[in-house]
Amino acid sequence: MIDKIVPDLAAALAGVGDGATILVGGFGETGVPFALLQGVVRSGVRNLVLVSNNSGVADKGVSQLLQLGRVRKIICSYPRSAGSVVFDQVYARGDLELELVPQGTLTERIRAGGAGIGGFFTRTGVGTELTRGRETRVIDGQTYVLEHPLRGDVALIKGELGDRWGNLTYRLSARNFGPVMAPAATLTIAQVRRIVALGDIDPEHVITPGLFVNRVWACDE
Amino acid sequence: MTTDLRHRIARRAAHDLPDGAYVNLGIGLPTLVAGHTPPSREIIFHSENGLLGVGPPPPPGAEDTDLVNAGKQPVTLLPGAAVFHHNDAFVMMRGGHLDYALLGGFQVSAGGDLANWSLGETTKAPAVGGAMDLAAGAKQVWVLMEHTTKSGEPRIVERCTYPLTAPGVVRRIYTELAVIDVGVELVVRELADGITFGFVQARTGARLVAVK
Repeated sequence: MIDKIVPDLAAALAGVGDGATILVGGFGETGVPFALLQGVVRSGVRNLVLVSNNSGVADKGVSQLLQLGRVRKIICSYPRSAGSVVFDQVYARGDLELELVPQGTLTERIRAGGAGIGGFFTRTGVGTELTRGRETRVIDGQTYVLEHPLRGDVALIKGELGDRWGNLTYRLSARNFGPVMAPAATLTIAQVRRIVALGDIDPEHVITPGLFVNRVWACDE
Repeated sequence: MTTDLRHRIARRAAHDLPDGAYVNLGIGLPTLVAGHTPPSREIIFHSENGLLGVGPPPPPGAEDTDLVNAGKQPVTLLPGAAVFHHNDAFVMMRGGHLDYALLGGFQVSAGGDLANWSLGETTKAPAVGGAMDLAAGAKQVWVLMEHTTKSGEPRIVERCTYPLTAPGVVRRIYTELAVIDVGVELVVRELADGITFGFVQARTGARLVAVK
């Protein structure tokens, strides 16, 4: 019998260790798996590489990990925004490596990582300092730049409904990176607002098939 | 610039969006465009975080933290709207499926180069978001910006001095002084009320030509 439902936060995060590359879902504060991130904070793991669209606001989630010095590197499209005080401080101190990636390139690199694609050529970023010195190719008269896939040891995502096979739904714009990140990590952990019985999610409405998900933890957040 | 002038730029650009257009509005001045589209036209707004058919902001108290736009502000969805994941949102941008990207700008060059993501500061971390994807991928890029900087420096220049977002992508510029088409030349299609061609040229760092 397949049962991906875990009883508590410790079980959800078992095996997440020092040095892990962690894909973190969410856009701004929407769809961020804050409870799982709180568990990562409490677990004490360090030397992390985070892949996240933003760098966190105030002092929770990604911000808290940055503040505690647990993060070695962040791969990010929009690290600096209203409320990203902690990131600004840590970055200014030189204590954090930043790999800045255009947002569409970030999501496509993660998709490629999950899909077994060894890289791709895109027009985004051509002729800018973000791709300076990188391999380019002219395809049908257009210049494209080579981008590499991105995978995580762990993905932390937030769903709406989940079942014991790991099938997930999402709610509105909280979907964002969840379905993209779920296939791209060795260990994909979802916090969901509600666990439902197998079959309660109409197959037509499953957004992330359970195949891509290793653990489901119910959290009223 | 005053709120009134910013709204005037937004209103002028909104007037040029045709019925049925799929449009992405950049953060800042371009977001004002949504409030000025003629009600007779169906214009579908896209948001990079996975929304098509974005509606007006919700009334106070009706905000939903799961429903925000690219600027992380609460929004609503119109009947017929769709939600999708991030990769699809950027397939729409990068695959050339959006008709218009209306973006803010720090500088636009005579050749249509756009600089709108970084002032090249070394002390602060850069942030790019979806700016490069939109600039490179939308069918048409229009830039809405103040004609000059606060200190009076031209933003329309021969060559951008700020880091580029994408080279050669801007098709039209809307400022409080003029509407300018970017092609082989910078063609002033329209002057704001009471503004002369010479006045605009004097505040522009590249050669303009009058519409024929």
